Formats: sequence, structure tokens, C-alpha cells
Amino acid sequence: MILSVRDLKVSFRTHDGPVRAIDGVSFDLEESEILGVVGESGSGKTVSLLAVMGLITDPNATIEGSIRYKGRELVGLPPRELRRLRGNEIAMIFQDPMTALTPVYTIGWQIAEQIRAHRGVSKAKAMARVEELLAEVNFPNPHEAMSRYPHQLSGGMRQRAVIAMALSCDPALLVADEPTTALDVTVQAGILDLVRKLRAKHKSAVVFITHDMGVVSELADRVMVMYAGRVVERGTRTELFSDPRHPYTRALLGSIPPLTGQKPRRLPAIPGSPPSLLRLPQGCAFGPRCPVRYEPCEAGKPGLGSGAHAAACFRVAQA
Amino acid sequence: MLYAILRRFGQMLFVMFGISVIVFLIFFATPGADPAARIAGRNASPEVLAAVRHSFGFDQPLYVQYTRMMEKIFVTGDLTSFVNRGWKVVPAVMDSIPVTLSLVFGAAVLWVVVSIIIGIVAAATRDSWLDKLLMALGLLGISMPVYWLGEVMNLITQSRYHDSWAFSWVPPLGYKNFSDDPKGWFLTLVIPWITLAILYIGIYGRVLRAAIIESMQEDYIRTARAKGLSETRILFRHALRTSLIAFVTLFGLDFGALVGGSALLTEVVFGLHGIGKLTYDALQNLDLPMIMATVMYASMFVVIANAVVDFVYILLDPRLRAS
Repeated sequence: MILSVRDLKVSFRTHDGPVRAIDGVSFDLEESEILGVVGESGSGKTVSLLAVMGLITDPNATIEGSIRYKGRELVGLPPRELRRLRGNEIAMIFQDPMTALTPVYTIGWQIAEQIRAHRGVSKAKAMARVEELLAEVNFPNPHEAMSRYPHQLSGGMRQRAVIAMALSCDPALLVADEPTTALDVTVQAGILDLVRKLRAKHKSAVVFITHDMGVVSELADRVMVMYAGRVVERGTRTELFSDPRHPYTRALLGSIPPLTGQKPRRLPAIPGSPPSLLRLPQGCAFGPRCPVRYEPCEAGKPGLGSGAHAAACFRVAQA
Repeated sequence: MLYAILRRFGQMLFVMFGISVIVFLIFFATPGADPAARIAGRNASPEVLAAVRHSFGFDQPLYVQYTRMMEKIFVTGDLTSFVNRGWKVVPAVMDSIPVTLSLVFGAAVLWVVVSIIIGIVAAATRDSWLDKLLMALGLLGISMPVYWLGEVMNLITQSRYHDSWAFSWVPPLGYKNFSDDPKGWFLTLVIPWITLAILYIGIYGRVLRAAIIESMQEDYIRTARAKGLSETRILFRHALRTSLIAFVTLFGLDFGALVGGSALLTEVVFGLHGIGKLTYDALQNLDLPMIMATVMYASMFVVIANAVVDFVYILLDPRLRAS
């Protein structure tokens, strides 16, 4: 077990009162496993993983619960200790490669900086490693790319550089926060390919955050669907796609256009919009948009249960 | 690169040429502002006026006058004052340059160093009592006019507390040449430097603090944190460099203006005969050649300062290198 998150809660103090962005999220991650985390914007997928990274720097935030990395508790770990893990054992790839790199330093410098922060190697050695890494993420001319500034590279190339940087210290856990969202579809496919290949080579476990069901179906071993700060369904990829249980998961899958057969005149959409975290509805947060809601949904919040394939829904529990 | 520098140099010359033409036209070709009438006095007879006009060359076409003036400023250097006949303008400017440069350079070193420290400390301890104290002091510095602060400084160091141990080292007002007396040069300038720098320390400290805080919100700072870098390294290596761009812009403008004469108040308060004082006196007397010469000098410094700023931009931000 690489990562074990239990009952993670993240709340922010705001002018309009406290907001609970993450409300009791639990999940496990095995070695070299890819976990897909799916949800709409604001569902808490990014915040929960930023909490794992210890990257929630907002002084108004409180983090409760337990995050264990290789058995070691990360919540409440002193910043210095956390820093030793970050970038070294736990690395992160960000959504927008356009802004994720410091504009005034070369790619090579920035990757070498990370290597030298964690390994006591010489500058020349670090640079040699950078060249290897860039070759590994398919830079056509890695030696030349090292002396490039971020603005001289395309979005896809920048994302490759960010991935090379994340891999520079052979992390056991890689968190990818929508790494393909800001890229063209063709570039996207290349990046996904790369993640798969690198998982095989480096044996890193990957948490892949996305709102794209297509990406999940291609990449993930297991999937976790989030809604309004809670996990509403989890299971293996096959379980989730062949037997979706939560009405939200079903609705998400229902809104993917079919590639074969007759095209529907209109794609089904989920009515309404995600609730404001400041004013969550009584009972199940998805209730107001749910096609199958009934009385119990307003009375209490449905629990996820303990099964490997589980959905937080009273209808499922009833069946 | 060489081509870019040459092109930039050409641009500078062109700007200075433009400035010289405009200033020349303002003073020599404005209807009703006949320079000969000024020189000849209020009740001069037409004959005297004509004689003056002829002897100063005002009866020549404008472009001839312009060319002649530029020649006298830049080539022969023997342009003479209209007010004190025989007083050579160019050497007077040359004498004032070291005074002003000494004043402004020293103050600039002081304000850059101190304001960078203040900006970094305030940004790093954002919203703490220290940050609030530094920003309040900065605001105080900005609020104190130089002519007032200078007089207060003089009052304290020259008379009221001059005999105390703290200020007995302060020499009387005036300027000493660096080459004649380096120690005297330094000592006479310390108080003027501090006085001039205080205003700018306030402004620059606040600007830098704001810029650093803004940089710290950028995505690449999150990346830097994800890399496992220390907060100190993130601040100095990743946030500070991009924050310095606003700082450098401001510095170029202020430095150019100060060297070009806007240190006038400080110069007057401390009895330093620099460019500001020279320009001010020339304007008082409508001494056109002197105005022309000082304006040309001032514009030269503003233009050079701008070119230096552009160069520093390129050093700071590789994104600007291609263009």
C-alpha cells in the first residue's frame, strides 16, 4: 500500500462562512496502480490531492483526517519533512503547462534544480540526468531542449518537460491534475501514452485527476467518482463502466456520445448545476438533480459502504 | 545583438534630436517671446533691439539658428549665456554634472538596497506586525516632502545637535570634489543621500512587496513547492526575479528624471550646485542657451536610463529576448 487516505476533511474559512471542500474522503492506492479521480469542477478532486501533497498553503484552511504514505502519517508532518517527500517521493503534474514553469529559467535548469534539491549530485551529473529524462519523455532533441525557455516550447512539449521534472527523482507516487485538459486532442493521446509507459518503467503509482470519462476508460485501473466534496462511487474501471451504480456516474457515462450505432438527436445532460458548497442541500448533495430520488434522500447523507465497488446512494443500498 | 544595440542607439539619437527641436522652437519661435526683447531689456529702442537681434543671430532663419546652437553646444562648446555675457554654458553644465551624479548615484544605491530588503522582508512576513510596521514607515517616508525633510535634517545635523557626538562629523553644506577630497565628498553627501533616498525607499519597498506577493500566487510557485524547494529558495529564485521587472521600470524613470534635474529640491536645500539648481536659475532668468544645454543634458540621461532599463529587462526576462 502506497497511499491510504482516511476520512479526509478540508475546510476553508471564507467571508460567507466555513466551506467544507472535502467531506470525508477515503481511498487506497496500491503500488504502480493508476487511480482515476473523476468529477466536475468544484467537486474537490484537486483539493483532496493538494492536501495529500501538503500544498494547501491557504492559512484559512483546516485539514483533518489521515493521509498515510507508506504507513507514515502526513497530516501534521512538519513542513521540512513534507518538503523532503515532495518532488522526491511524491511528485505532481499540473493542469496548465503554460503557467506551471517559471518563465525566466531554462527547462534544464528547472529540472536540475529539483534533482539537486533532493540528491546531493553535481551540476554536471544533474544535467546529464535531465538529458536522459527529456529523452525518455520523447523530446526529439533533448540536449538542445535543455537550454530552452518555457515560452519557446509548445504546450505539449512543456507538459512533457513538466512530466520529466516530476519523474526526475523516481517518485513512488505521481499525482497528475488534469494534465491533458489544456492540450489538443492529438497531444493528449501522446501524453496518456507516456503516462502509461512511465508507469510500467518507473513503477510509480499514479493518481490521475480528470473530468474526462474517456481518459479514465483508457488509463485507470480503478476509478473514484467525486461530487460536492464526497466520493459517490468507487470501483475498478470495468465495474464502473459496465455496471455504474450511482445515478451521477450513470448520468456522466450517459453523456458520452456513442462512437457506433445511431447518434442520439441530443446528448442527455444532467439537469441543474453542482450545488454551492456554502449551501449544500439537505441530505444527499446530488438529490436535487437526481432522477431517482425518493424520501430517504432528503433525510440523510448516504454512506459509501465498504465494498470494493461501492456507491453512496440509498437506492443502491436498498437494491 | 550588435544590430539591436546600434538600432537602439539610433533611436536614442533620434529622440534627442526631437527633444532639441521642440525645446528650441518653444523658446525661440513662440510668437511674442522674442528673445532679443528679453535680452535688450524692457525699454530698448528699435535700433538697440535690431543690434541685439543681429549680434545674437536672431535675424537668421530658424534652421540656421538651430544648427548654430547645436554646433555651439556639441562641437565647439562655446555657447555663451544670454544673461551673463561671456559666461560659457557648456563648462557650467559640465561642472554641475558630477554634483548631481554624486547625489543621485549615492541615493540610488541606498534606496535600491534598502527597499529590496524591505520589500522582501515585508512580503515574506506578509500581514505580520513587521510587515505592517515596514509599510507604515514606507508610507511615512513617501509623505515627507524633500524640502521639509531636508530642512529638518539640516536643523538637526547642522545646528541643533551638531555639537553632539552623533552629528559632529557632519561637514558644513556644500560640495567637495571627489578627486580633491574623497572623505569630504562622502561626508558632505551622506545626509543628502539619506534625505533623497527616504522617499524612494518608501515607494520602492511597497512596489516590490506588492509584486512579490503577486508572483507568489502564480502557478509556477505551486510547481516550485511541489518540487520540494524551500520557501526561501522559492522566494529568491522564483518569485523575486519576475517581481523585479516592475521595480526596474520605476527605477529607470526615476533615476533618469533625477539625474536630469528633478533632484532640484534636494540640491537647493543642501546647497549643492547641480543640474537641477542650474536649470532652475536658467529658467528664472530665461537664459535660453543655458536652458537649451541643460534640457539636452537631461534628455540625454532620460534616454540613456530608458535604454539601460530595456537592457535589464532582457536580462531579467528571456521572453523579451527574441524581439
